Amino acid sequence: MEIEARNLLDEALGTLKGGMVVVQDSVQTSASFVLHHLLKRSLSLHSSDVVVFLAFSHPFSHYDRILRKLGCNLAVQRDKNRFFFFDMLMTEIADGDGEKTSGDGLVALYGKIQKVLSALPQELKKSVTIMIDDVSLMEVAAKCSTDHVLDFVHYCRALTSEIGCSLVVLDHEDIYLGTERPTFILQLEYLATVLIKAEPLATGLATDVHGQLTVLNRDVYDGQGIYRKKICNFQFKVKESSIEYFYPGSRT
Amino acid sequence: MSATKTRTSSFSRNVSALSSSQTPGLKHGPNGTAFISSGIPDLDRILGGGFSLGSLVMVMEDSEAPHHMLLLRNFMSQGLVLNQPLLYASPSKDPRGFLGTLPSPVSSKDDKSHNRDPDQEKGLRIAWQYKKYFGENQQNFEIHKDGKYEFCNDFDLRKPLERQFLTGKHIDCVSIQDCRNLVPLRDHCAKFLSQFPRNDGGVTCAGRIAIQSLCAPQCEYSNAEWDILSFVRSLKGMVRSLNAVAVITFPPSLLSPSTSKRLQHMADILLSVKAIPDEDKELAKLLTGYQDMVGLLSIHKVARFNTQVPLILDTTTFSIKLQKRRFLILECLNQAPIDGSSGSSYGTSGSCSGSSKSGSLDF
Repeated sequence: MEIEARNLLDEALGTLKGGMVVVQDSVQTSASFVLHHLLKRSLSLHSSDVVVFLAFSHPFSHYDRILRKLGCNLAVQRDKNRFFFFDMLMTEIADGDGEKTSGDGLVALYGKIQKVLSALPQELKKSVTIMIDDVSLMEVAAKCSTDHVLDFVHYCRALTSEIGCSLVVLDHEDIYLGTERPTFILQLEYLATVLIKAEPLATGLATDVHGQLTVLNRDVYDGQGIYRKKICNFQFKVKESSIEYFYPGSRT
Repeated sequence: MSATKTRTSSFSRNVSALSSSQTPGLKHGPNGTAFISSGIPDLDRILGGGFSLGSLVMVMEDSEAPHHMLLLRNFMSQGLVLNQPLLYASPSKDPRGFLGTLPSPVSSKDDKSHNRDPDQEKGLRIAWQYKKYFGENQQNFEIHKDGKYEFCNDFDLRKPLERQFLTGKHIDCVSIQDCRNLVPLRDHCAKFLSQFPRNDGGVTCAGRIAIQSLCAPQCEYSNAEWDILSFVRSLKGMVRSLNAVAVITFPPSLLSPSTSKRLQHMADILLSVKAIPDEDKELAKLLTGYQDMVGLLSIHKVARFNTQVPLILDTTTFSIKLQKRRFLILECLNQAPIDGSSGSSYGTSGSCSGSSKSGSLDF
């Protein structure tokens, strides 16, 4: 495995060091493949990243099988202390007695992450990625205390600026569309340096094109000391061992 | 079609090679998953084999028609016929009474004659070049038809399930009407599910949980949407690690849009049922076999365990029909010919008519 061919998504993302990525999807189009891609990218041979993964929607075996097909063995990485998996499927952050408990639960969770990070050797500390595979489920686990979840994300975000690690968060956009003031998703969007949206095609389902991605990168350095926004738009097709990205209309 | 493509590109084992499992009512699928039947052969076929073990199936009810009960009944009956333990929770006073309405399986002899090959019976001959397209979809089923047991039965909706299936079995019935909150139900589910640990040695028994109208207004907790969400989440977590399938029906119109969306995201398999209006002249002109239709079933999400490739269906909306007023079948929607003679339907095969034909009613 030498330097892998860069695809459109990698180009749009840039380096990601110390940034926050918010991935949004909907019921029709799942964007979990973006997480798989970032996971693989962080754990590939020529990078020395460490990934802390908070799994709310799928167990380890699920990710293990998928990543193995992508050419990355999670179990081995876990043994090498480069991949830390927190299985949160059954964990209740709040006991239902009120807000205080959910806050405590999240503080404890943050404490665990911090503990993992502080145990790392110095040279690895700079390149840590924290991934949360479904923030909406985290909200449910914390029983409605959305503010506490936001606080948690803020804390993780503070970590990213402190020691230069990055944060990747998956959320579902359509949950908030009906609400009057979708504070939560707006806050997330505000915090994000890179925003990735997966949408179904406007023309309906197709077997050749699974959907389209919009990547908004706020952190593009144009070489003259000015940071600019960059928006990329392309379509994708998910396969077992890879994901194809292409510009609309470029495939026959 | 897409399912077969993905199979060749991955390193997963061939499905047919694994078909000789010992446990009745279970079928191995790709990527180390196993299926149990939904009780509706057509639905199993559409979903690529059935409900994956460990999945949470959510059915969005139509507030005007009880079509979700059709799905629940067949799901429960199939489990009882195959001797699989069942937990049934409903907002009615006497949930056990519902067991009396479960349909009875048809013996396999009549079953074969009535269902599998309607095309041949109707004198519609298919050129040999196209035969392969039919074979592809039904392959999975034929394997099991010849085997010692049946993976899924056809059910006669007019015949109640015989008593022998209802007595002396592991059937748990819970009424959720008088519960103040969902904690008792959750404990009940946890206790029920503890019988099905997942070990590497193989699956010995599969459990089925059927919860009818989870957020019905007659339940006292129906206003506590976060409680409902957290119940569903914990049930999802429990089921996922065990050999069981949970089917929950819920009325989305009674929930806030965001809660309903959250539930839809939690579902591994998401279905919705819709009634069709009796006298919709325009629709009747548009579709063949409109008179026989009972309702519409849409498939919004198919479980993707251990794989990232989405399953793209040919069409997502199917009509629910009662064949001979007995058997529940699903057909893709067929556009009627222009002259409006809507006599016979085109059969259940479904693979020949692409999405372009049925696009008229994809909601």
